Amino acid sequence: MSYEKLDEYMLDKYPKKIYRKRQKSVVVNEPSEIPEIQANVRTVPGIITQRGCTYAGCKGVILGPTRDIVNITHGPIGCGFYSWLTRRNQTRPESDQSENYIPYCFSTDMQDSNIVFGGEAKLKEAIQEAYDMFHPKAIAIFATCPVGLIGDDVHAAAREMKEKLGDCNVFGFSCEGYKGVSQSAGHHIANNQIFKHVVGLDDSRSDSKYRVNLLGEYNIGGDAFVIDDLFERIGVEIVSTFSGNSTLNSFENAHTADLNLIMCHRSINYVADMMEKKYGIPWLKVNFIGAAATSKSLRRIGEYYEDEDLKARIEKVIAEEEAKLNEKLALIKPKTEGKTTMLFVGASRAHHYQELFNELGMETLAAGYEFAHRDDYEGRRVLPTIKVDADSRNIEELHVDKDETRFSQELQDKKAALEAKGVEFSDYDGIMAEMAKGSLVIDDVSHYEMEKLIEMYKPSIFCAGIKEKFAVQKMGIPLKQLHSYDYGGPYAGYEGAFNFYKDIERMVGTKVWDLVKAPWLSQSAMNASYVKVS
Amino acid sequence: MLLRHTSKEVKERNALTINPAKTCQPVGAMYASLGIHGCLPHSHGSQGCCSYHRSALTRHYKEPVMAGTSSFTEGTSVFGGQSNLITAFENMFNVYDPDIIAVHTTCLSETIGDDVSQIAQKAYDDGKVPEGKYIIQASTPSYVGSHVTGFANMCTAIAKDLPVYTEEKNSTINILPGWVEPSDMKEIKRIMKAMKVPFIMFPDTSGVMDAPMTGTHEFFPKGGTKISDLKKSGSSAFTFALGKFCSEDAATQLKKGCGVPFETMEIPFGIKATDRFLMKVSEITGCPIPEEIAVERGQLVDMITDMEQYLFGKKVALFGDPDTIIPLSEFLSDIGMVPKHIVSGTPGNYFMEKMGEIVPDANVKNGPQADMYLMHQWIKNESVDLLIGNTYGKYIARDENIPFVRMGFPIYDRVGHSYFPLVGYKGAIRLLEKILTVIMDKVDAEAKEEKFELVM
Repeated sequence: MSYEKLDEYMLDKYPKKIYRKRQKSVVVNEPSEIPEIQANVRTVPGIITQRGCTYAGCKGVILGPTRDIVNITHGPIGCGFYSWLTRRNQTRPESDQSENYIPYCFSTDMQDSNIVFGGEAKLKEAIQEAYDMFHPKAIAIFATCPVGLIGDDVHAAAREMKEKLGDCNVFGFSCEGYKGVSQSAGHHIANNQIFKHVVGLDDSRSDSKYRVNLLGEYNIGGDAFVIDDLFERIGVEIVSTFSGNSTLNSFENAHTADLNLIMCHRSINYVADMMEKKYGIPWLKVNFIGAAATSKSLRRIGEYYEDEDLKARIEKVIAEEEAKLNEKLALIKPKTEGKTTMLFVGASRAHHYQELFNELGMETLAAGYEFAHRDDYEGRRVLPTIKVDADSRNIEELHVDKDETRFSQELQDKKAALEAKGVEFSDYDGIMAEMAKGSLVIDDVSHYEMEKLIEMYKPSIFCAGIKEKFAVQKMGIPLKQLHSYDYGGPYAGYEGAFNFYKDIERMVGTKVWDLVKAPWLSQSAMNASYVKVS
Repeated sequence: MLLRHTSKEVKERNALTINPAKTCQPVGAMYASLGIHGCLPHSHGSQGCCSYHRSALTRHYKEPVMAGTSSFTEGTSVFGGQSNLITAFENMFNVYDPDIIAVHTTCLSETIGDDVSQIAQKAYDDGKVPEGKYIIQASTPSYVGSHVTGFANMCTAIAKDLPVYTEEKNSTINILPGWVEPSDMKEIKRIMKAMKVPFIMFPDTSGVMDAPMTGTHEFFPKGGTKISDLKKSGSSAFTFALGKFCSEDAATQLKKGCGVPFETMEIPFGIKATDRFLMKVSEITGCPIPEEIAVERGQLVDMITDMEQYLFGKKVALFGDPDTIIPLSEFLSDIGMVPKHIVSGTPGNYFMEKMGEIVPDANVKNGPQADMYLMHQWIKNESVDLLIGNTYGKYIARDENIPFVRMGFPIYDRVGHSYFPLVGYKGAIRLLEKILTVIMDKVDAEAKEEKFELVM
């Protein structure tokens, strides 16, 4: 639509080399023949990006939501400080006495002497102090930028302290901020270490008939609680959630599940792949954002287990919830229908939230991810063609072998039989397949591009994060934060869908924007006056 | 309990910080940079630093915070950040057109030893800096000092590169306000105007971090100290450095570079610090303290005497920045309260000396391991009636049922600090109102029915 115009803007301001690079990350969508998009490449310095770092992806996103691990940031104080409680990972300890370290920030607070002489001794002392004070089941160590540079070995420190403490699992993450090109590298590093050091330690099995893991659901605003409730109603046990409202033990036990369900493909597909290789657990892509998507995802579970009772329970829940929700939506939709949106966030939400906007009758004009890879855009079919560049190559790929004693051939046979019937496993078609022809898809959008998009399209609502929120709103466009949900939510499942509908109805309908222009600016000046000022 | 693992028993810690009462240098440098008109702050390091600092400042102010990053990768960390920084300069000047770029370093660029002044010089030499535009830089490794010293270092960088030396001095005074809110900077300016004192304030985030809603995003809002004023500050007669930790280095630099004498004073929080500041300003400039300011002082004292019964003997725990805590402790003591537990993550002997003078009986710790965990443990051993500090205090306040006044950085969960000052006599009235409100709200909430008072 206005792609040429955006292109002109970019050409106008960007130096030639930068223009050529950015051009490859901006494409006009064609769902019938999905074009290639450049993604997961370095951000151009100085461009003003949404992106964060590897540490943020590892400690902040993946490990942050687990309540009973003492997470020690090994580095100067800032990294620990900024990732302290800012991501709204809700958690519900079993009792008042149960462990919950989420409200705490632990750091080695490295000083210049630690940079000069090395920080490993201080790290080990910090681990000992944490152990002596709290006796946690596990301590995780997160490396920040200087740690890698000065040669502190967090893994050696972890091994030594694990041995020494005896009853505390200690493991480290080489998640220095400069690794990779975005948070995404941190997700991968987190997946690897959790898989290596935690998954598989507890073989106990509950006697539930259906046992699944929910991967890539971080319980922002309580989303995981809503999903937990739905699963309880259909009679499926969630063995572990990676990692919303999670505990160490749930990870240890995750390999005993018989199905992995993936919410956020980007951040967690590594664990799903590794669990399939090692334990034979198949995975399905699901999405509990949006009512239709929730119903579809629940049905996929029924389809997998091929159990009529389960299917009946699922249909009952769907029928009840959809009926209730549709009644409410009917009152809201007339106020949102025909409005427009743009979403630039994460690597699953820019996709998943389009479901909710579709239900509201709103059109997505443009969307893109902050830290996704090409498969999140174009679908996993492009995986073999993705070139591994230097920045990806330095992120460890774990070599995983089949666990001969615990590998479930039965699950793999089940998968093969279902595949023969047309059930798609290990698949994700990406965002572009579901976006309209002609809509814009932009990876790692810059601040400049964002402002130009808003000027050109004037969307009814813009979805991004805290750094974008107030700049966009200053332009008179409401911004919905899809990282923090503007401190609202939950938005998952049917209950969450209704919360979202209400929030969007409020945001596109609010009259506060009418107050922006002072009345005297639009009325003709009064020509008489009582008092003349000389 | 939210902080259920915090025990009463205080154990010596040497290595582990828990719930810090500070953050790292670059965020302070970024905040100071935003106080120059037309300035784009730039973080020379990994993307995450810039993202975290922008997020923290945005959550605190509910305002856009624009800043660039050098987006270091592993390769950059090995080969150095020069090429990234030069690219960043070129892009930022092209795309966002700032008058000045204020670069601050990070632990990453400092550890690998990037010489930012040399890189900036190269950018000038290679014609990457448009005519009439500037680059300044501050060294702010995260493993030294705290957010407070980062702020101070950027102020010093401003004082080093922009003021122009003149032999003749005029009657203007420079005011370095220290790390306070835009509302506080605006209030100090109001007082100076009321006294008819010609002044240049820097940095000045009023008009930047409290920008109005107009329907347009002004990438560079109207406020901030103009570069022309920063240049002129070398011709000023005198500099007031408010806050030893935040402002003294910059004033020293200005004296060294431009021969402007200075005096370091407390940030005017509370009655006595304001008295001293205004009297000194009056003494230096010859401008009398006008009646309207005297009235404000009188109103403040009036309110203190009116409400003294609710304040006297009440114990207070505080955490935050030294330049705030020093005058705040004095004010709390002046109004009959008892500062009892005090921590500040920012290191520096001066703080301990001043605390020894002002609150000799309090538990005080600063520097490494002077964290909110320790303060909470002290509270568990001796309870308090009031807690003052940033938003993170709300967890302690809820667990221990302590009335809580938000003051300092960051405040993520309430608004008002951008618009309503706490400095000066008017600001002290507001602070007093906030303190009384939370204390009296608790009395109301917990009073037995027959003891519930209409008039208080």
